[in-house]
Amino acid sequence: MIKIIYIMWLRQIKRYWRSKSRIIGSIGQPMLYLVAMGFGLGGIYQKAGGGNYIDFLAPGVISQSIMFMAVFNGVDLIWDKQFGFLKETLVAPVSRLEIVLGRVLGGATISVIQGILVFLLTLVVGFKPENLSYVLPSVGLMFLIGLFYASLGTAIASLMKDFHGFQLIMNFLIMPSYFLSGALFPLDSAPPALQTIASFNPLTYGVSGLRQLMAGTVNYSLGIDILILIILSSITLSITSYLFTKIEA
Amino acid sequence: MSKANINSHTIIKVQKLTKKFNGFTAVDDISFTINKGEVFAFLGPNGAGKTTTIKMLTTLLRPTKGKISINGFDVKHHQHQVRRSFGIVFQDFSLDEELTAWENMYFHAVLYKVPGNLVKKRINNLLRLVGLSDRKNNFVKTFSGGMRRRLEIARGLLHRPQILFLDEPTLGLDAQTRNKLWSQIYKLNHKYQTTIFFTTHYLDEAEKMASRVAIIDHGQIVAQGTALELKQLTKTNSLEDAYLKITGKDIRQESVDYMSKMRLRQSRRPR
Repeated sequence: MIKIIYIMWLRQIKRYWRSKSRIIGSIGQPMLYLVAMGFGLGGIYQKAGGGNYIDFLAPGVISQSIMFMAVFNGVDLIWDKQFGFLKETLVAPVSRLEIVLGRVLGGATISVIQGILVFLLTLVVGFKPENLSYVLPSVGLMFLIGLFYASLGTAIASLMKDFHGFQLIMNFLIMPSYFLSGALFPLDSAPPALQTIASFNPLTYGVSGLRQLMAGTVNYSLGIDILILIILSSITLSITSYLFTKIEA
Repeated sequence: MSKANINSHTIIKVQKLTKKFNGFTAVDDISFTINKGEVFAFLGPNGAGKTTTIKMLTTLLRPTKGKISINGFDVKHHQHQVRRSFGIVFQDFSLDEELTAWENMYFHAVLYKVPGNLVKKRINNLLRLVGLSDRKNNFVKTFSGGMRRRLEIARGLLHRPQILFLDEPTLGLDAQTRNKLWSQIYKLNHKYQTTIFFTTHYLDEAEKMASRVAIIDHGQIVAQGTALELKQLTKTNSLEDAYLKITGKDIRQESVDYMSKMRLRQSRRPR
């Protein structure tokens, strides 16, 4: 079982690593957020007594880029459906669970690599982590965020036949998740209705956890953040595995 | 080329097989058997039900009704054993273009649990058989259509299957590549007694290669036998004439699915 999961994982990693334009392209958007919002709103944020905005923003942008990369890796399944490779795995004498696990773990790993790249980028633009010894636990949390969103992306892709519904995912899932996660502004100063909505958003817990580990700012407790992400990842992975078994080529 | 290397052991048994999609009957109560070592051509116009049948035989689609036995295993209840019994070359290319030829083969070897000590030797032998040894470290995206097809055949044989399904394997290939491909398939059939189940629109290929032919139309098998038997039955001189006499000369409406696949294939054709 491990070997099957490993080969599926390895394939994802190789495809990612060989696509240099994908790697370079994927750091463009976080860079834009860090520069445009970090420097653009930094002054106002500081005047309002919020402190260094880059320090606040960096964990949010890292979480956002992990979510994007993980979802896109999950959605990559549609590519395999359209260009035939999925059939090669579906007729193999292995369980669909092994295939799903390999794909999702691959997607989660790639999103962690992306998270680390963006973390390095935040250092360049002036982010000062609270405690460098928390970098390793941060990577663990990045993996949890990636695991959840890679599962979610794969689940969505299991239900889609082509890329026509992709814009729907972007507009009604990814972007709202980002903007309503506390990545860009502090949730404790937001209207109560917005805070309630944010509490149902999985990314909120990713941002909260990373911010606590990297910048020392507490929103929810780290234990709650980790617990919620583990529970959500387990549920989503189970649903994804079920949906994957129902795929007919 | 002489015809296939056959024995009397039944390796594929299809009984009253039916597949319906939202009320549309794609395959309608078909039955046939194929013996080990046979080269069996499954012919029919576009949208007749050939690919749907192959998908059911290879566990990719669940039948609405009927029974399929592959290598003695029931397709519904023993999927893993069935899957180990066959290799397949799909109508559309199914290689990972971002991987090399060797990596595609290795990926398949792991999925089919080919013993580790045999993997390297088998991959090298098969790549040699299909004439791709010197390209093994090249990315598949640099391959021509014919090279991809040959690689897919090599990949399909890596786990030493008893049966090889070929769904229009020569579609879009030039005469030289088709000829080379069929001579390799012929070698396989004779060397390993691999049963070959193929579909094609090139009826000369079917006449030359197949030990037996079945013609499917509107989801039903309308004729079965050797090419000679079908010619005698229809009082014609070639399998193509026999086929046209049986299925008619009207051009068939191609399904939306088929057309979109063809467009996709055109857009992906290697430079």
